[in-house]
This record gives sequence, C-alpha cells and structure tokens, in this order.
Amino acid sequence: MNAPSEAILVEQLRAGSDEAFESLVREHGGVMLATARRVLGQDADAQDAVQDAFVQAFRKIDTFHGESKLRTWLHRITVNASLMKLRSSRSRPAVSIDELLPQFLEDGHRTVGEKRWSDPGLVAAERSETRAIVREMIDCLPDDYREVVLLRDVEQLDTKETADFLGVGLAVVKTRLHRARQALRTLLARRFAGVTGC
Amino acid sequence: MLTCRELFEFLHDYLARDLSLAQRASFELHLTVCKHCREYLATYKKTIDLTCAACEPDDDVPEDVPEDLVQAILNARRSK
Ligand SMILES: [Zn+2]
Repeated sequence: MNAPSEAILVEQLRAGSDEAFESLVREHGGVMLATARRVLGQDADAQDAVQDAFVQAFRKIDTFHGESKLRTWLHRITVNASLMKLRSSRSRPAVSIDELLPQFLEDGHRTVGEKRWSDPGLVAAERSETRAIVREMIDCLPDDYREVVLLRDVEQLDTKETADFLGVGLAVVKTRLHRARQALRTLLARRFAGVTGC
Repeated sequence: MLTCRELFEFLHDYLARDLSLAQRASFELHLTVCKHCREYLATYKKTIDLTCAACEPDDDVPEDVPEDLVQAILNARRSK
C-alpha cells in the first residue's frame, strides 16, 4: 500500500469506518498471523493473538501518527499480543538455564571439545522437521530467555526495540540473549545427538 | 592471551561487531590456537542461523487470513 492511500485509510479508521477496518484486516491479517505463529508456534493461539492485536489497534489508532509505517506499527502490536498469550500459556516447566551453559576448568579453559554437528537440514525436505525441533527447544527455555530469543533471533528486532518490549536495559538484553543462545545450542546439540525432550 | 571463558564472554559482542580492534584481534588470536572455541563458535553461529531459518514462513502457509478469523475479528470489534 502506498503512502497516500495509507494516510486515507488511517483517517477512515479514526472516523470509525467499518469498511476501513475490514480492509485493514484483509490487507494486514495474513502477515500478522504469520508473525503470531512465529512467536507462539501454535495456530489456535496465533489466531487469538491476531484478534487481540486488531482490537487493540482499533482502540489505539489515535496514537498512530504515521512516523512509522502502518505495517511496522501493527507488527509491534502483534508481537506484544503474542507475548501476552505466550506468557499465559506455558505448557511445561522450563529447564534450568545454568545447567545448559558451557563449563570451564578453573584456569578458564574448556573441559571438553564440541562434537561437530552433522549438518541439520536447511534443505527443503528436512526444513519443516528442523523447524519443529528448533521450536520445541526454544519452548524449553525459561520465559525470560525464550522471549529474548523470539524477539531478537526470530522476529529480528534490534536490541533497543527488544529492551523496550521487555522493559529492561540494553545490557540485560545482550546478556540474556547470549545465555539463551548458549543454552539453545546445548539443547540442539543434545537433540542432534539423539536425546529427546528438553 | 584470552582464556576460553573470556572468549565466551566476548562472543555476543564479537558477532555484533561491537569489539574494539584490540579486543577483536585477541579474540581471533585465541581462535587460531584453540580448536574447542573454534568448534563452539561454529555451532553457536549455526544455532542462530537455525533459529532464524526455522522461523521463516512455511511455503505452504498462505498469506491470506482465514475467512472465519476475519469474521471473528469483525465481531470482536463490534462487541467492544
Ligand atoms: Zn578456547
């Protein structure tokens, strides 16, 4: 959608137009659903999150000033609605993060080497299987770590945006992301070595 | 020379290109002599790649919104 028509659409939304709202849903709903699916990993919850996001978007349309694209604005609202759903729907206890971090000897050197990973598939046939494994392992992480991975490495938000979403400082985002990636690496290594579960 | 533990602490900033030239040089020097850290770095990067690639949209997921979701959203708005 180009800029002038976006401005007109926003005007109509502010005026409470049903047609404008419906065209907003049809124009942006698919992309928002894809976002919610990435964050939530579950289709039913993703649809609920998109519904929540649209209701909020409609309620908050007066706060949209056109300094970002409508698409970007809706993306943030969708990510936020999805995070809310995610927090309320943890289905199993997370693993302890410390146990998944690398171990060192007293002199600061590594205890054991890493086995090389057989190249887990990015080829088309294996992609959906790999995707499911990665998602399962992300869901093993404690909430704080899971969220930072989803925002930074899945949704590709930058450190500042992620910090704003989570209400923490930049340094906390960096530390948490690093620990989360290390833990996820351990979980993936175990899975590729044939261990099931978290 | 960095220890492995120190190298691990720098890993995030190394990949984000946030290290000073001197820090970067000592990071890379450690990598040239330490096979463990080289292999760890490779799998750490692979983890990031898989996380990113694993979340790209499925080819078979349509960009369209299911019609029942559209209707549910329109109804939810009317009821507010
Ligand atoms: Zn080392």
